Parts: sequence; C-alpha cells; structure tokens
Amino acid sequence: MNSITEQLLGVVADWSGGVSFKGAYNIRENGQCAGRQSSPNISIENKPDAPGLVIRIKAAAQGETVYIPACVTKGGVDDLVYNDFFIEPGADVIVVAGCGVHTDDEGEARHNGVHRFFVGAGAHVVYKEKHIGTGGGAGKKRIDPITDIELDEGAVLEMDTLQIGGVDSTTRKTRAKVGARAKLIIHERLMTDGDEQAVSDFAVEMNGDDSAVDLVSRSVAKGRSWQDYHSVIRGNCRCTGHSECDAILVDGGRVNAAPELYAGHIDAALIHEAAIGKIAGEQIIKLRTLGLTEEEAEQRIIQGFLEA
Amino acid sequence: MLELNHISWSVPGGEIILKDVSLKIPDGKLTVITGPNGAGKSSLAKIIAGLETPTAGSILLDGEDITGWDITRRALGGIGYAFQQPVRFKGLTVRDLLELAARKALTDDEVCDLLGKVGLCAQEYIDRAVDASLSGGESKRIEIATVLARRDARVLIFDEPEAGIDLWSFSCLIDAFESIKHQRGDSMLIISHQERILEIADHIIVIADGVVRTAGSRVMVLPQLMSEEKMARCPMGKAGKGGIE
Ligand SMILES: Nc1ncnc2c1ncn2[C@@H]1O[C@H](COP(=O)(O)OP(=O)(O)O)[C@@H](O)[C@H]1O
Ligand SMILES: [Mg+2]
Repeated sequence: MNSITEQLLGVVADWSGGVSFKGAYNIRENGQCAGRQSSPNISIENKPDAPGLVIRIKAAAQGETVYIPACVTKGGVDDLVYNDFFIEPGADVIVVAGCGVHTDDEGEARHNGVHRFFVGAGAHVVYKEKHIGTGGGAGKKRIDPITDIELDEGAVLEMDTLQIGGVDSTTRKTRAKVGARAKLIIHERLMTDGDEQAVSDFAVEMNGDDSAVDLVSRSVAKGRSWQDYHSVIRGNCRCTGHSECDAILVDGGRVNAAPELYAGHIDAALIHEAAIGKIAGEQIIKLRTLGLTEEEAEQRIIQGFLEA
Repeated sequence: MLELNHISWSVPGGEIILKDVSLKIPDGKLTVITGPNGAGKSSLAKIIAGLETPTAGSILLDGEDITGWDITRRALGGIGYAFQQPVRFKGLTVRDLLELAARKALTDDEVCDLLGKVGLCAQEYIDRAVDASLSGGESKRIEIATVLARRDARVLIFDEPEAGIDLWSFSCLIDAFESIKHQRGDSMLIISHQERILEIADHIIVIADGVVRTAGSRVMVLPQLMSEEKMARCPMGKAGKGGIE
C-alpha cells in the first residue's frame, strides 16, 4: 500500500495507520487488492464474473464493521469495481466504503464503484461513504458511484454519504426498493468548489406496506461549481416518504434541484422540502456579534450545515 | 463606560429614525431604555453593536472612539448584543452557539449553568439544533444565553429579553441580570417595557420618536413613567375597571 493510499484512507475510512483495520476489510488500490481479511461473521471473496467483491454478512454479525475503501493514487487509472453485499436476516453491521482519488499529473484518476446491497429481513446496515479528491495534477478526479439497495421486510439501511472536496466530477446514482416495514434513511452531503460538477440521482420505490424513506441532501456549491439533484420517490403502497434538499450557494455556485414524488396508493404519504439560497445575512451577522470575522462565520455556518 | 454623542440615524430610504441622541451607559450599572414601539430603541442597539452606521455622531467605549469599528471588532472589543429577533441556524446546536460565544469549548456543567440562567434544562437543549424546531420563547432564551456566555464582554445589551418568556424563566433571568451587575461590574443595557426590569434598573432612559425624552435615576424616572402610563390608560385620572391602582 503506498503512502498516498494511507493518507486517503485516513480521511475517508478512519485509517489510523499501523497494520490493518480491525475485523473484516478489503483495501483496493489502483484496481488491485492491497490487503484483505475476512472475519468469522463476514466473508470477503473475489467476485467470480467481474472485478470486485462478494461480501457475505452472517446473522451472527452484531455491531461489526467491514471496511472496503478504494483509492486511486495516480493519473491514467480508471477503476471499475462491482461489490455485492449479502446481508442475512437480523444482522447488524456497519459498512465503511470510503473512496479517494488522487492525481499529480495530467492523467485522469477515476473510480467507479457499483455497490449492491441485498438486505435480509430485520437486518440493520449503516453504510458510510466518504469521498475526496486530492493532488495538484491537471488530470480530472472523478468518482461515479452506483448504489443499488434492496430491503426485505423490516430491514433498515442508513446511508451516510459525504463528498468533502477536490472531486472534479461526480455522478452518483442511488436506487432502492423498500419492502414492507423496511426503512431507508439517506443522508447526503456534498461540497463543490472551483469548476467541479456533481450530479446526484435518487430513485426509491416503496413496495411494501408501512415502508418508509427519509432522504436528506445538504449541499454547498462554491466557486463556479454546478450541482444537479434529482430524486424520485414512488409510493406504491401504504408508506411514508420524506425528502429534503437544502443547498447553500456561495459566489458563483449553481444548483438545480428537481425532486419528484409519485403516489400510487391512497395511503402513500409523501413530503418534499427544498431550499436553495445563499447564507442568510443575519446568520453571518449574529456570529460576527460573537467575535467571528465574516469569513470565519461563513465557514462555521457551512461546516455546521454539512455536519448536521 | 459606553457613551453615545449626538447620534442620528436615517433608514436608507430617508426617514429619520434617531435624532441627536446622547447618552451614557456607566460600568457596573443597569441602564434600561424604554419607550413606545417604533421609537428607535432597537435601531440604537444595532448602532452600538455595529449593525447600522449612524449618519452623525460618535460612540465611545471607555473613551475610545469605536464609531468606525465593524461588528466583529466591536464584539472583540467587548460589546455583547442579544437580538430582539433571534437568528436560527440549520446545523448549529445550542452547544455550538454557546461555545462560539464563549470562544472556547465548554464543559457540560458550564453549558448547564448558562442555560439554567435562562430557565432551560441543559439535558434537553444542549444538543438541539438552533433551528425552526425551537419555539419563539426557546430561541429567545438561547439568544440571551449567547450573550451571558460572553465572558470577555464589557457592555451587555439585551433587546426586549422578556418577549415570549414565561414567568418562571423570567424570574431566573432577573436573577441573572442582577448577579451580572453585582459580580461582573459590566455595563448593561436592557431595552424593555417590563415593569420588573424597570424596577431593577439603576438608570432609565425614555426614548420616543427618535429622541431622548427623559433620562435619570430609576427613583426619579420610574414614578413619573408610571403616572404617565396611568394617565395614558385613563386620561380622566380615574382608573377604570382593570386599570392599575
Ligand atoms: N432597516 C430599516 N429599514 C426601514 N425602516 C426601518 C429599518 N430599521 C428600523 N426601521 C424603522 O425605524 C423605526 C424604529 O424601529 P426600531 O428601532 O425597531 O423601534 P423600536 O425598537 O423602538 O420598536 C420603525 O418605524 C421601523 O419601522
Ligand atoms: Mg425593538
């Protein structure tokens, strides 16, 4: 594992240096495996038909964490990976899937992760996905994840996704099918600056009675960056759906938000909230009356907005 | 001590709101500004905190001219200001805001102590977001706590702290104001219509139509205010049903 990977892992996967992660993990570096370990309840194997992993999580896994970070550390790498998660009914697991892309030259550094989650009845999954781009090269840094989620009866998946900065272009696609009494919680946070672009696309289908989705997206568009947000929530049964899209604009940032709700059942209750705008002037003034400069106030407000 | 000398202020549109206001806010004393709605009291507070720039006049803090200082510099120079209309934040918790005000990390006990002064139970509020989920009274009390947290402040300004606050919390607040006066020796300026606040004032300044109508010690001004109020309620001199006797 090279030193850039180590640095990226520190940011995206809580890597504290040393020998390895505790428990099950797989580290992907420039399309190669740079370390792997299974645990008694979590097995990680190569996918037979494509680059990627098959990760099987047993019901006995309770509160375990599996790390599957991927890093691209140089230009000219276009990494494509398919990871499948099979989670047994009743399991309780945290999946940490950070991704860092780095280029010091004019070559593009790209990571393309296709993740599929098959979550068994009553299982609970926390999926953490942190993205960052680094390096001063002219080459573009791209991360284009696709996430497919299927939740069986009563399963819960909480997806916590964060793009901190430095990614020139991202197209994120998240699709989910939610079964009876299952719940999908998505918390997306995106920050773009300079000429960066981010497209985020959600399509959630609620197919079982009393299913629920809560989709919250918070984003900050600075510089001349551009963000495009689409979400479609389809309530095909008795269900509740909530989506919230909040964006802060700084300088020349631009945001398009196009939320869509479809209710195909009398007891589908769907709500969407959206707000786009610059930081409220009174917020900056309040923090300045506490002694912060205008820049500090702006920074603190953005930080709080993205962390919440 | 804070001194305002011949302060005038017009709204950007042109209407003159404050006309040649001069006053002193001495150290270790509680000065209360009162007067009808629209008199220009909040405008005066904003001018002191640097949110508005006077069209004429000067502001002195301990003899130093701070008229040209911006909001941040005035805050760092010791001016604390609790807004009449509290500001809400998506993404800052009560603890975040109090720590920004204190300019340091606070222990749970310190947060608890600050919130207790405004009648809030810390456990319930410490991690709450300072957003629209708070009621008017709750966000008002948190706003006041952000100024109580300013240990570096020498001049504390509270704009209508009583608004939206229940009686019990209000008693806590009165205690807090009195202990600041006795223990910290800061100058305190409270804009208020509340009798109980007027009663703990050392000095009372009445502002109406943008000018100082009356200014003096409480003993001098308060009886006069009360009888004027009585007159206003019952011009014939006989308090009717429900009038104050
Ligand atoms: N920024 C402003 N623009 C226009 N009018 C203002 C502005 N600020 C205050 N005013 C007006 O100035 C007058 C005094 O306001 P204010 O200082 O808030 O009064 P008070 O606090 O005594 O009730 C009011 O008539 C108000 O409408
Ligand atoms: Mg006012």
